[in-house]
Amino acid sequence: MVDISNTPGAVAPSSASSPTRVALKRVLGPAHVWGLGVGIVLVGEFMGWNFAVGKGGAIAALTACWLAGILYTCVAMIDSEVTSTVAAAGGQYAQAKHIIGPLAAFNVGLYLVMAYTMLEVSNAIVTGDLIQAFAANMGLEGEVDKRAYMVLTIVFLSWLNYRGVLATLTLNYIITAIAFAAIIALFVAVNPLTPGTVVMHDQLLTGLPYGGLGILAAMHFGLWFYLGIEGTTQAAEEVRSPARSLPLGTLTGIMTLLIAATITWYIGSGLMPWEYLGQAVTPLYDAARLTGSKPLEVFLFVGTLFATLASANGCINDASRAWFAMGRDRYMPVWFGGVHPTYRTPFRSIVFFVPIAILFAISTPLDQTITLSILSGLLGYTIMAISVIVFRKKWPLDSIARGYIHPLHPLPAILLLTLCAITYVAVFLGYGTQLLAMMVFYIVASVWFALHRYKYCRRGEQFTMPWPKPRGY
Amino acid sequence: MSKAPYEPPTQSVIGQIVDAVLMLALVLVTLYLPLLLGLAGGGTTTKTFENPTWQALGQNAAMASQWEKLGFDPAKAAEIIGKRFDYEFSWIALAITAVVIVGYFVGMLRWSDKEYRDVIAEHFDDKPGSGRSGGA
Repeated sequence: MVDISNTPGAVAPSSASSPTRVALKRVLGPAHVWGLGVGIVLVGEFMGWNFAVGKGGAIAALTACWLAGILYTCVAMIDSEVTSTVAAAGGQYAQAKHIIGPLAAFNVGLYLVMAYTMLEVSNAIVTGDLIQAFAANMGLEGEVDKRAYMVLTIVFLSWLNYRGVLATLTLNYIITAIAFAAIIALFVAVNPLTPGTVVMHDQLLTGLPYGGLGILAAMHFGLWFYLGIEGTTQAAEEVRSPARSLPLGTLTGIMTLLIAATITWYIGSGLMPWEYLGQAVTPLYDAARLTGSKPLEVFLFVGTLFATLASANGCINDASRAWFAMGRDRYMPVWFGGVHPTYRTPFRSIVFFVPIAILFAISTPLDQTITLSILSGLLGYTIMAISVIVFRKKWPLDSIARGYIHPLHPLPAILLLTLCAITYVAVFLGYGTQLLAMMVFYIVASVWFALHRYKYCRRGEQFTMPWPKPRGY
Repeated sequence: MSKAPYEPPTQSVIGQIVDAVLMLALVLVTLYLPLLLGLAGGGTTTKTFENPTWQALGQNAAMASQWEKLGFDPAKAAEIIGKRFDYEFSWIALAITAVVIVGYFVGMLRWSDKEYRDVIAEHFDDKPGSGRSGGA
C-alpha cells in the first residue's frame, strides 16, 4: 500500500526540499497500540524491577511498585488526552512542539530517543545474559559469549524494523502475549492460594533493611515496572483511528501492567532472599528454576527472551520515529527525515542508533543503562505534567475537539509532578553522579540547539494542527 | 502588514554530518565516558566476612535453602550480601542537583516560549483568532 499525500509530515526520501511528501502507513488498531505499549514495558516484569528490592528491600519495592503505578496512571490519563488530540508521529515530541515550543520539543525528542535506546540496550544485555545462563543450566558444553547475542539482538531487530512497521508490530503482539502467559503460568505454579507450599513470604520478607529512606530510594527502579507505556503514542501517525485507539490501547495497557507488576513482586519476593533478588539479571527465570520444574524453567526462558525481544523491537520502532520526526522538522539534520521508498520506514534513523546501542550493550552494566533510560523517561514525565496544564490554558475544553478528556484536571498533573520530584531524589540516592551527567547532556544539547541548530528550522511550519490561535498569544 | 516568513539557510551535507557526529560525541562524552571510567553508578559500601556461615550472613534456613538451590554457598553469597547502598549524602550536593534540574526546566521553558511566540506569530500571520488548517 502506498499513500502519497500533501500531509506536512514525512519528507520524501529523495530530497528534503522535494514537493512530494510521503506519509507513514495508517495500518494499526487498538490491539497493536496495546501490543506496542505492553510489549515495550512487559520486559520490566522480567528484569530490572528487582533492582528496587536492592535499593530498599522487598517491602520498599512493593510500595514503589504501587507508587509508580499511580505515577503511570497519571501519565496514561494525560497522555491519552493530549495524544488523541495531537496525533502525529513522534508522540510527546509533536505534542511539546505544538504546546510548549521548539526547544522543549527538541528536549522531549531527545528524552524519547535516549529512553528507548537505553531500554533497547538493557534488553540486549539481558538477552545475552539469559542465553548464557540457560546454556550453563542446561549443561551445554562450551562457553557461550553473551556479547555475540547482544549484538545479534540489536542488528536483527533493527533489520526487522527497517523492513516494515506492520510486520514488526504484529510480531510484537504475538510475542507479548506469550511472555504474559509465561508470567501467569509461573504465578499458577507457585500456588498463590496456599502460601508456604512454594512461596515463603513469611520466611523471606525482612522488613525495611534501609528503613524509610529505602522506600524513597526504591522509587528509582520502581518506574521500571511500567517505563515505556507512553510509547504507544509514537505510532500515532500510523494508527487508523487515533482518537479511539490510542486511549483504549494505552489505558488497557496500564491496567495489564498494574496486574503483572503485583504478580511479579509476589513471585519474586516469595522465592528469593532480598539480597539475591536485588541484583539478579533475570529474576523471573531464576524464580522458575527455584520451583524445580524444568518445563516451567524452559517456558520462563522463552518468556523472558520473548519479552526482551518484544521490548527491544518496540524501542527501535519508537526511538527511530522520534528521531525521524526531529529530522523532518530540521531539529536534526534533514537526512534523518527520509522514508524508505519501498518499505516506507524511517530507515536512516533506525540504522543510526545501531552502533550506539551495540557499544553500550557490550560494555556497560545493566543497572546503569536502566538508570539512563529511567532518567530520560522521568524528565519526559515532568514535561508532560507541565505540558497538560499549559495545553488546557492555551486551548480550553470548548476551543478544540479532543478524542479523550482526562478527569479531575489538574490533580493528575500535580500528582505526577510530585511523584517525579520524589523520583529525582530517589535516583540521587546512590546514582547522583549519573543524574548530574544526564543533566549535563541535556543542558549542553539544549545550548547547541538554541544557538546553532534552530536557525535551520522553519518557524510557522512547525505548527501543523488545525487549531485556533492559542490563548495569550 | 505581516512579516515575511523566516527562510532558514540550507545546511550543507558536510554540515549535516558534523551535526550528527556532534550528537554522537555528546552521548559518548557525557553518558558513556563516565560509565567507562567508573565515575558514575551506585554509591555502595562492602562488608567482608571471615569464613562466613549462613547464620553469620543473617540468613535463616529458608533463605539458605534458596541460596543453595541457586548455586551459592556462604562464601559466594557473602559477596552479594555484604554489598549495600550507601545513602549518606551531602545536603549541599542535593541542593546543587535540585538547582541544576529546576534551572534546566525554567531556562528551557522560558527559551521555548520565546521561540514559540515566533512560530505562532508566523503561522497565524498575526491575525487574532485565525486558524490555518494543516494535517499532522
